[in-house]
Amino acid sequence: MPIILKATDIKKTFGGLVAVNGLSIEIPRNSISAVIGPNGAGKTTFFNCITGFYKVDSGEVLFDGEYIQNRRTDQISRIGISRTYQNIRLFNSTTAIENVLVGLEPRLETSVLDSVLRTRRFHEEEKSSVEEARGLLEFVGLKGLGDQLSSNLSYGAQRRLEIARALASKPKLLLLDEPTAGMNPNETAEMTRFILDLRDKLGITILLIEHDMRVVMGISDQITVLDYGSKIAEGGPKDIQNDVRVIEAYLGRGAASGLKDAKAN
Amino acid sequence: MDNLTSSGWRQALLQGFVAGLITVSASTIGMVELFGTRYFLAGLFTMGQLLLFAPPAVLAFSLAGKIKSQGISIVTVKAAAIGAISGAMLALLVWANQTFPLRTVLINLSPKLMGLLTFDRSLAEGALILIGVSVATAVFGALLQFVPRLYRQALLSAIITTLGVGLLAPLLFERIRNFFGQSVAQLVFTSSALQVVPAIIIFAASAALFYFRGKAALNSKPKAEQKLNPRQKMLRQIPLAIFLLILPMLLGSYLTEITNNVGIFLLMGLGLNIVVGLAGLLDLGYVAFFAIGAYTMAVLTSTGPLGVAQMSFWAALPICVAVSALAGVLLGTPVLRMRGDYLAIVTLGFGEIIRILALSDLLKPFIGGAQGILQIPKPSIAGITLISPEQLYYVILGGALLAAFISNRLRESRVGRTWIAMREDEDVAEAMGINLVRTKLLAFAIGAGFSGLAGAIFSPKLTSIFPHSFNLLISINILSLIIVGGLGSIPGTIVGALVLVGLPELLREFAEFRWLMYGLLLVVMMLNRPEGFIPSDVIRRELHSGDEHRAEV
Repeated sequence: MPIILKATDIKKTFGGLVAVNGLSIEIPRNSISAVIGPNGAGKTTFFNCITGFYKVDSGEVLFDGEYIQNRRTDQISRIGISRTYQNIRLFNSTTAIENVLVGLEPRLETSVLDSVLRTRRFHEEEKSSVEEARGLLEFVGLKGLGDQLSSNLSYGAQRRLEIARALASKPKLLLLDEPTAGMNPNETAEMTRFILDLRDKLGITILLIEHDMRVVMGISDQITVLDYGSKIAEGGPKDIQNDVRVIEAYLGRGAASGLKDAKAN
Repeated sequence: MDNLTSSGWRQALLQGFVAGLITVSASTIGMVELFGTRYFLAGLFTMGQLLLFAPPAVLAFSLAGKIKSQGISIVTVKAAAIGAISGAMLALLVWANQTFPLRTVLINLSPKLMGLLTFDRSLAEGALILIGVSVATAVFGALLQFVPRLYRQALLSAIITTLGVGLLAPLLFERIRNFFGQSVAQLVFTSSALQVVPAIIIFAASAALFYFRGKAALNSKPKAEQKLNPRQKMLRQIPLAIFLLILPMLLGSYLTEITNNVGIFLLMGLGLNIVVGLAGLLDLGYVAFFAIGAYTMAVLTSTGPLGVAQMSFWAALPICVAVSALAGVLLGTPVLRMRGDYLAIVTLGFGEIIRILALSDLLKPFIGGAQGILQIPKPSIAGITLISPEQLYYVILGGALLAAFISNRLRESRVGRTWIAMREDEDVAEAMGINLVRTKLLAFAIGAGFSGLAGAIFSPKLTSIFPHSFNLLISINILSLIIVGGLGSIPGTIVGALVLVGLPELLREFAEFRWLMYGLLLVVMMLNRPEGFIPSDVIRRELHSGDEHRAEV
């Protein structure tokens, strides 16, 4: 499978703390890949490095044929990487549809002058934007809630709205930071189906951070396990479930050896 | 329930104490005495008395609104308590002043004030009247809450209208005399107060007007408003347009001059509203762009020794705006990475730097240092030089309308959305592909451009400009007016400019006390209505989002 994102030996430190330590990772196009690891393993820092929110200390990030490691966040967003946040970050005092319209922003073309003079171009673009935003809201299952204040939506709806906003820029790669955090089993199952739809219907490559192992094992084509900023394992769900180092990282050495003994017997 | 009533009692006592504190303080600082000479209703009651009896009435009104459910009799008793405490505290003040030599410390406790407080009677009789009237007004205030909503609003509006007419009586008297002659004016006013019969007519007429308007608003369907086509909308604006056009003729020179000052502040307010209200960039050095616009105009057009080009006002105007906008970009560039408080401090410094540069010896050969730039010609149109305030009014009106138009269109477009997104969460906005550098600089440039336009009109208005006209207080004033009006809202900015710039000018007769009231207004507004007079939807949602229930999906 062709590779859409290739990070090579990226490193990010904060003072003395090494958050990401020489991480290399390849994300196949049209895949659902997951990054897992214990708390503080550097997963979100890794996301922030890809999206340009942090500048990497060293290493390269190649996305769709372009090196992006020193680009600004908004430039990276424009070439096709979009994301959601672990703790939902919507524009709270605006409505759902306005949130999505902001996501459309990088693809709009009218100028400030068009806005002041209300040219025909302005009206056409505004109309098609609103239509597209409505369509996206419908796609994520928020039909008819466009005029609701985003902070008044339910938790699950806010997660979906965040995804709709991320989709508005027509990303090739979507980074989801714990998309099912705080959800009940029903909502989680629904979100899992929805993530599969994103890939299958829209052809978007998904890279997600997730703690719920049932979700990760259920939908991921490739799983990368981080611990202390380094990659300790990579592979399909089956390989990861049986990897001793992964079990060690999550449960500690003793539990890992106990598990090995149990298996041997 | 028991618990609730007892806490209600404590609140009533507290409110009474607060009312007493207000009236006693107003008396001790000399406000009551000064206002006591100014009649509201000729020969009947003075503004000083309003100051003594309005606080218990207002506080009783607001308390009654909260504890209405306890029933009319309990509320009445509590309101009476508020009035009694307030009146008693005033009586106590009179007694204390008679018994102890308080006047050596509190110099405003003059015999005249004592006479006002006791209605020129003995202490005991005066105290009884004070308490009696306070109780009566407080109970009246509380009972207003039990009047049906429609009538209550009409009554309140009528009271406020009548008080407003009384407050502005000297100005209105002068205007009416100008139009209809002395005799007509004297039918309505003595030279400084409302006559009794006209006051009753004004009260009744405004009550009826507000009542029918309220009723009409209830009956009409709110949806109908939105279905107007553009042409109907335009037609609706015609009365307003005519009003704005003939306003200087109605107002006369003095009031037009005040309106012009309001207009200049409004122009700056609209600009700062974009920077602070929409883009969320707290700029405390905003006066700098006003100064840059004014000095650019002065240097380009002055016929004095410091003028370099002797250009006409109209030719220089776009240059002033462009130079200010450029200055906005230049200030904006180094502070791009700063947020909130840090940005405020840096911009504060920038404003001071510009003022001190204007004062400095370094630039004295070019802009005159403390002596300023003189002989700035007035603008002229088709050979007519616009000298009087009434003529300059149209220039300022044009500028303000243009700024309001541009602000409004930008706000309702992708530019406005990106500004608001940036204000809400800068990091996420950037991750959504918004170019923060461009978006911020655009806000700074447009805000500075409006301010430069205001400065460019300001300088020929005064015909000479000096560095001390551009102090920090102006930045603070503009910030206050957009916050009091309603951050992010254009109508709010207009109301804010009228209240914070216009009113202090109109109330000059009250000397320093008007600034006390100005300060009080700011405090009371921020405590009771932090979203401002006419809040934008966005801010109202932000401040009151807790009130609404989460929508179920």
